[in-house]
Amino acid sequence: MNIIEAAGLTKVYRSKSGPVHALAGLDLSVPRGTVKALLGPNGAGKTTVVKMLTTLIRPDAGTAHVDGIDVVTDPKGVRRVIGVSGQYAAVDENLTGFENLEMVGRLYHLGGAESRRRAQELIDLFELTAAGNRPVKGFSGGMRRRIDLAGALVINPKVLFLDEPTTGLDPRSRIALWAVIKRLVADGTTVLLTTQYLEEADQLSDDIVVIDDGRVIAEGTSDQLKAQIGGHRLEVALVESGDGSAAREILARYGAGEPMVTSDGRGLEVAVIDGPRALQQVLAALGAADIRLHDAGMRRPTLDDVFLKLTGHKADLAADKAADAELEKAK
Amino acid sequence: MTAAAALPTWNPLSLWYSDGWTVTKRNLIKIKRSPDMLVFAVIQPIMFVLLFSQVYAGAISVQGTDYVQFLMAGIFAQTVVFGSTFSGSAMAQDLKEGIIDRFRSLPMSSSAVLIGRTNSDLVLNTISMVIMMLTGLLVGWRVNSSVSEFFAGVGLLLLFSYSFSWVMALLGMSVKTPEVINNASFLILFPLTFISNAFVPSDTLPTPLRVFAEWNPVSSLVQAARELFGNEGTAPVPDIWTMQNPILTVLIGITVMLVLFVPLCIRKFASISSR
Repeated sequence: MNIIEAAGLTKVYRSKSGPVHALAGLDLSVPRGTVKALLGPNGAGKTTVVKMLTTLIRPDAGTAHVDGIDVVTDPKGVRRVIGVSGQYAAVDENLTGFENLEMVGRLYHLGGAESRRRAQELIDLFELTAAGNRPVKGFSGGMRRRIDLAGALVINPKVLFLDEPTTGLDPRSRIALWAVIKRLVADGTTVLLTTQYLEEADQLSDDIVVIDDGRVIAEGTSDQLKAQIGGHRLEVALVESGDGSAAREILARYGAGEPMVTSDGRGLEVAVIDGPRALQQVLAALGAADIRLHDAGMRRPTLDDVFLKLTGHKADLAADKAADAELEKAK
Repeated sequence: MTAAAALPTWNPLSLWYSDGWTVTKRNLIKIKRSPDMLVFAVIQPIMFVLLFSQVYAGAISVQGTDYVQFLMAGIFAQTVVFGSTFSGSAMAQDLKEGIIDRFRSLPMSSSAVLIGRTNSDLVLNTISMVIMMLTGLLVGWRVNSSVSEFFAGVGLLLLFSYSFSWVMALLGMSVKTPEVINNASFLILFPLTFISNAFVPSDTLPTPLRVFAEWNPVSSLVQAARELFGNEGTAPVPDIWTMQNPILTVLIGITVMLVLFVPLCIRKFASISSR
């Protein structure tokens, strides 16, 4: 049974240049006990989806249920079963970590004693014991996120919403936070996660929904999506642009799609299924054809590659457009 | 660990009370830990009383009483008006910091954040008021009325401040940054409190300003406080209904602000979200 069920979610913001569709009829379902990632560039509509499902904003059209409760007609019912942790750690700077968690417990109506007990339990669980009694003001970015995440877990929520949980964190804090989230997931909590990073979706989720311009453009497991765009990207840089067409032919032979050529004709790139094997083959073939290289290598696909493949445009273009929409929305 | 399903169901009234108190407590801790707010609440009133009473007392004469007696009600009124703006900037700040999203995603009473805000600012204003009164007594201010009139005066000032907090809270939820509230209060509230009878008798002002001062609601509040503290002197009160019946005028003003702005605030709160 799906614990999150949303159909036709629509949100339109009026702007000077006409209506902007933050969400254009988005459907989403999340089975109980699974982790689903909403992957998309800045402003694709990820946060809008989370805000609707957590009752912060009302959809203009469409319906959504969380644990069978309608988010529009019974927002308080939904709030009793969810936990939310956001992009900008929603914690009170002047309160200590413990006070923040105790306050959240009281507002879930756990009562004073239970709120304090649970706050201490979470402080210990998130390894914030030393800092728990200092105001959050002095916390590092990673510690703030952990307190914020702890705030979402004061009740054992049936659904945990994580809106870009690691955006803006340094790599070490990101990996530490991933470990915490993985532990929760192992306990069977249903999680809806939004992220701009394919790697994050890959690390944490069972299923990925790619969204752009307020629509779902692809859905599947991480492996299925990667198969769509090829497992790795193989790149070579030529010394002579005159070798371009010969090199292109070789890349096409071992690649999983059409090779792309940079505007100066020297850089070539192609998706490949078995990265290391393809790299060996391509290098051998280029060597045999006496084509000289400045550089060669392979890399993991990024969100940009997924977008280029699925939409034909770069992710950052969508991000710019959406950022403009956000700006208009703010006005 | 606690299961989500085991959340207790409380009756709405105790829920409303408990949530409002939880947020009030949070705000009070914040005030305690930010020195700038304490300066605002404690040092500024002392400074105003001392500056005005020492600098202007010799230059301004008021019929039937001395300037310090006349001045204090004006400073009380000015302080509670400015004190209320804090509700606006604090709401705007909470919105900016994202904590409002946290509150709105919790199953708490929908008015609790606003109740907590206005309650804690009432506490802050009460502290300011007590400090101002003590400072006033030091520079020679005296209450020349009954105990019940004195408390009625204090109550009226604080109730005005409380209801004006709701007006400012709505403003705070409607602006983009907390700075807007500070600038707006400077641009609107300074003229409003200075072009009034707060610091000088309004009959000394040039005609356009005098008319403004006489109809100014701040003047009614000041006049009401003066009467209740027995500081009004013998100067004739302008022959305008609001100035002849200042206490009733202020009570009507308080009622209108609460009846209008409490529901407006609660409605606005249900639709706001940070970022």
